[in-house]
Amino acid sequence: MEILYKIFVDPFVQMAGAPDLLIQTLWEGLVSGVLYALIALGFVLIFKASGVFNFAQGIMVVFAALTLVGLHAKGIPAFVALALTIVVMLVLAIAVERLMLRPLVNQPDIILFMATFGLTYFLIGLGELIFGGEPKVMIASELGLPKGAVEWKVFGGFVSFQKIDIAAAVIASIMVATLAVFFQKTRIGRALRAVADSHKAALSVGISLEQIWVIVWFAAGIVALATGIMWGARSDVSFALQTLALKALPVLILGGFTSIPGAIVGGVIIGVGEKLGEFYWGPLLGSGIESWLAYVIALVFLLFRPQGLFGERIIERI
Amino acid sequence: MRPPAQADIAAGEVLLAIENVSLSFGGVKAIRDVSFDIKKGEIRAIIGPNGAGKTSMLNVINGFYTPQQGRITFKGKTRAKMRPYDAASGGIARTFQNVALFRGMTALDNIMAGRTLKMHRGLFWQLIRFGPALQEEVEHRRRVEDIIDFLHIEHIRKTPVGRLPYGLQKRVELGRALAMEPDLLLLDEPMAGMNLEEKEDMSRFILDVNQYFGTTIALIEHDMGVVMDLSDRVIVLDYGQKIADGTPDQVKANKAVISAYLGVAH
Repeated sequence: MEILYKIFVDPFVQMAGAPDLLIQTLWEGLVSGVLYALIALGFVLIFKASGVFNFAQGIMVVFAALTLVGLHAKGIPAFVALALTIVVMLVLAIAVERLMLRPLVNQPDIILFMATFGLTYFLIGLGELIFGGEPKVMIASELGLPKGAVEWKVFGGFVSFQKIDIAAAVIASIMVATLAVFFQKTRIGRALRAVADSHKAALSVGISLEQIWVIVWFAAGIVALATGIMWGARSDVSFALQTLALKALPVLILGGFTSIPGAIVGGVIIGVGEKLGEFYWGPLLGSGIESWLAYVIALVFLLFRPQGLFGERIIERI
Repeated sequence: MRPPAQADIAAGEVLLAIENVSLSFGGVKAIRDVSFDIKKGEIRAIIGPNGAGKTSMLNVINGFYTPQQGRITFKGKTRAKMRPYDAASGGIARTFQNVALFRGMTALDNIMAGRTLKMHRGLFWQLIRFGPALQEEVEHRRRVEDIIDFLHIEHIRKTPVGRLPYGLQKRVELGRALAMEPDLLLLDEPMAGMNLEEKEDMSRFILDVNQYFGTTIALIEHDMGVVMDLSDRVIVLDYGQKIADGTPDQVKANKAVISAYLGVAH
């Protein structure tokens, strides 16, 4: 009886008793959700345009952030370093298309998936060789990202919002909105989806596979850079960041692998669910539930919608 | 729908010439020393028993395959190797034997995809989708709506094509090819798997495209009634070789053709 009380009643009593704390928890969840969504977005971009799960997305985040910090450490002004990093991501996209994707046209998806494993280890090696393995500090203030916190007095207590978190949420929202419209409503967006559906048909209407792949990997690189800056500003820039990519997996399952709005909604559900679960139910299970709760949430959604919340309906005429 | 821009080749002149083309895959000789031409404005049928090399021929024409020997001259230009992209931008559109559509996309988006090469605004404008890019999008959407009207598929334009019945999918695929405003339209078995009524509709569309827009058409078809009614000239392939070439009546009377189709008494 007591255990049921602790699961089904006690947490809600706590929530009602301290609404400011609840708001704070929700906000923290929202912010980490938005950041998960950013990582998931990188996956969705490449999956949508090539049907390939890009295992290297996590390391691309680290690589972009390291390049930015590394260039700045060499005495290059922050915004020039940012521009140079964007150029580096473009070069990376072109190299990936030339050296990895082009020789593998028309191969099964699993082959391409394995190739992204190879890319992961290559980028780890390259990053360590150039920038070294020790953690670095993100140049957040040099890039003009706000510091400090805003406090909001409410319900007799207060809720504090980190300004960097607000910035992260705004930037992520703009990116998601732009990409969603781009994919749905423009020529290049249509071409991207077309390539994902059928290489043969795309070629026959004159869509250039090479161009599309460069665009999509470049876009994923830019998203990786934004993710790297935001996550880097919250912790450090180190190779440990790449494990964040694993956090994107439940988000993708929940949101659907092909949906950009799905990535953001999935991210927020996972982020908020995780924080609420840890704060209110965590003590029951001896804490540490953050590491697996996301997968359980995703599993529950999967039971009811196998294609994810916003995934394309699986259509098969027999 | 406005007619496509006319190339500077007059009707009745040679648009595409195939000379001594041979294609093999390892030991399998798919096409052996075949020559023929397609004249501007005509409907040219390619027929033959299964495995005769008809689809391979279309794949050679639009650059999916590069033949080991022979020359292909399209609009007066001879090219040793033509990539599908070059073929598409040169004005060759096609449909496939087993419908190749973008299954997850709507009929409208599929046909819009056919206008990829006609739209020119760059990545920057596309990203903000405002001003010139939006204007361009609207203009091309109008053309596409014309094509949708022409093919009578208004009612399905927002439906993902994967959900459509086969006959309608074929029609959407034709729409996508028409959206490219091609000089040469290649149709690979446009009527396969259709019932009589659908075949009649499709025949009408093919004739209309040919007559009103002056589009040159090369088609592969198994239904002899359709082929004889539609086409101006017919070429017959058997085991990768050309065995006859001429008007439908000439071909029908040809002994080699009859034996290829019906077998010979031994």
